[in-house]
Amino acid sequence: MKHTRRWLGATLAAGAMTLAAGAAFAQEKELVFGLQCDRTGATQNVGVFLCPGYHDYIELINSKGGIEGYKIRVIEIDNEYKVPPAMEAHERFKKDGAVLEGLYGTPQTAAMTKKLEEDKILGTSPGFGTSAASDGKKFPYVFPIAASYWSQGAAAVAFAKQQLGGNLKGKKIAYLFYDNPAGKEPLVILEDLAKSEGFELRTFAVPAPGVEMGAQVLDITARFKPDFVIAHLFGRAPSVSIKELKGKNYPMSKVISLVWGSAESDIKAAGGYAIAEGYHTLQFAGVGLDFPVIKDINAMYKTQGKAAPSAQEVSVYYNRGVMIAAIHAEAVRNAIKAKGGAKPSSEDVKKGMETVKGFTLGGMVPPMEITEADHEGGGWVQVWSVKGGKLVKNGDWFRAYRELINKHLVATN
Amino acid sequence: MLHRESGVFKTSYAADMALYPLPIARWTIVALVVLFAVILPLSLHEYYLSIINLALIAVVGALGLNILVGYTGQISVGHAAFMSVGAYTAANLAVKLGLPFWITLPAGGLMAALIGAIVGIPSLRIKGLYLAIATLAGQLIIEWIINHTPAISGGAQASIQVPRPSLFGHELRTQGQLYFFLLFFAALAIVATLNIVRSRIGRAFVAIRDQDIAAEIIGINIYRYKLLSFAISSFYAGVCGVLYTYYLGIANYEQFQIGVSIDFLAMIIIGGLGSVLGSILGAVFVTMLPIALRLAMEPLAGLFFSAGEMSSVIASTRLVLFGGLIIFFLVVEPEGLNRLWRNIRNYFRVWPFSY
Repeated sequence: MKHTRRWLGATLAAGAMTLAAGAAFAQEKELVFGLQCDRTGATQNVGVFLCPGYHDYIELINSKGGIEGYKIRVIEIDNEYKVPPAMEAHERFKKDGAVLEGLYGTPQTAAMTKKLEEDKILGTSPGFGTSAASDGKKFPYVFPIAASYWSQGAAAVAFAKQQLGGNLKGKKIAYLFYDNPAGKEPLVILEDLAKSEGFELRTFAVPAPGVEMGAQVLDITARFKPDFVIAHLFGRAPSVSIKELKGKNYPMSKVISLVWGSAESDIKAAGGYAIAEGYHTLQFAGVGLDFPVIKDINAMYKTQGKAAPSAQEVSVYYNRGVMIAAIHAEAVRNAIKAKGGAKPSSEDVKKGMETVKGFTLGGMVPPMEITEADHEGGGWVQVWSVKGGKLVKNGDWFRAYRELINKHLVATN
Repeated sequence: MLHRESGVFKTSYAADMALYPLPIARWTIVALVVLFAVILPLSLHEYYLSIINLALIAVVGALGLNILVGYTGQISVGHAAFMSVGAYTAANLAVKLGLPFWITLPAGGLMAALIGAIVGIPSLRIKGLYLAIATLAGQLIIEWIINHTPAISGGAQASIQVPRPSLFGHELRTQGQLYFFLLFFAALAIVATLNIVRSRIGRAFVAIRDQDIAAEIIGINIYRYKLLSFAISSFYAGVCGVLYTYYLGIANYEQFQIGVSIDFLAMIIIGGLGSVLGSILGAVFVTMLPIALRLAMEPLAGLFFSAGEMSSVIASTRLVLFGGLIIFFLVVEPEGLNRLWRNIRNYFRVWPFSY
């Protein structure tokens, strides 16, 4: 039986390779970053653009000599938007001595919360995970480092208020959301604001996978007839919502989407910029390629004789990846400085993260201030609107209704 | 296992049904116990233990599903939902009433068994693809109920943090400690399944699978046994969900969506329907192979690509290889890894004097 023998050979070879991988050695002046990604799972439409941004920024840092002399090695693990691989990824990062970890996905963040605390490695969850994690006292090792769903909901209402002439009394706002925990999260904030601002709020749930929402949109446009629509959708759903709302002749300039329905790819999938003209999007990182850091990355590629990375075509996600990497790097820089150049531990990096302040990366990152109590960094967002075939900045970084959000943070924690 | 059986003759039905078909099997079991209880935890890094932990949890769920699909011939596409029933039952009991794991774990299993038996009621009238759709409906209904009932799900995030399991006042939290916790329940599940399938109940299940009308004629109450099969199978699923909950420290229904049901079906089909060893091999294959593939590819890809490109290449190549290997194994042996193992064993039985 030659088969059996060939088989054994193949198994042995695979085993040997596994061992070789395990024996990867760590250098003296090297720091390890763990990054969880979703390149093949349910939300791969985000991951394939976001993760290259992360790697490109780290490569840029390394090409300039690293952070305070320390080179960064990124271990990326594709968690496929599933929980068990996320756990495996965390253990792998821990084994290789990662000083911090970029999480990916709301259920994955929930599942990692306890483990991160036990292992004393910080994890960042920009734009997903639970809003309550902004409270650094209750969630010491989870760092949203970007506007939580609560902050996004509050900012969307504030934007609607500004667009509707500064008063929401008697106005009608529709909330079109993906029917999962992440989709429902801003509801508490919207309901409170409906009372205090005096507008009528009606909610329209879209069941997974969110590609069929004709009934909900018809209900919005024909029956409820709102003055503004706040959409909070994921995956393919945002493009479907644009198409459906446009199809029912609802003015796109009265629609604002939270951060996961705001990419160029969503607009293109909906049929292009002409259809989405006027559509407003919330962003937690700057949009477009007109930033010094992106130019640096492209210059780096040029010196290597390569073209600019294709992931930049969706700059919304690409820039978010760059932003996450930049904040990670900034936290580590703070930690190294605080230790006077010595190699920081994961707990030093946590302290470093809690001192990230006034780091704007040429306007791409909001003026956030992460502290021990506030892991969200203030909850800043920017509105970018579709105008003349591209996303155009519509106002500066802003945040809204902070007292209300703080009240909820105190109440839940 | 690898052993020879010459000179062993069975003269009674009892001997034929014995858990250890041969004297040497006893020693194989002892060797396995030593391997898993002593050698592996002492020699492996915590990271590898965490991978084994994930496989151990999957083994429990795969065994349960195999009782239903493999032994009784009833299909279920709703097993992930039964896991979430177990998970939320245990999490609520652990948090609201402060109960320890040795109460919440069977309670989660029993609640899942109850719900599973209810979802299994359509199996009394329909079979095959129709039943698959009925259980699919069960999966979606349970997901919806948990998502929309804060009393069960614990609020908008639909996740409940549970305390770590503690044994004699000692909290189990590292991967090494959780390994023993999970190993115990996985071993229990394996032994229980081995015993169920050789008992009166197990034989009734097999009779129903092979020909339900014939089974009814020889006096098997097929209504009772079909529901019993759903209940037992869901009990395993519930326990699997509770183990996930304690392992991760959180119950979250998004971990138990339709894709997970499909993953578990894949495990038992790859492993071999209607076999205990097949469930184990299938669970190990599906949980560990993607990780092994990545570990094997990393040093290779590192030679050709930069770190950023490598991640993208590995993520996609791994999926292609994983899918390719599933097809390869099923083409080589459509009856699964269990059958493949038996073929290898039979070959070595007469080796080197094969004919």
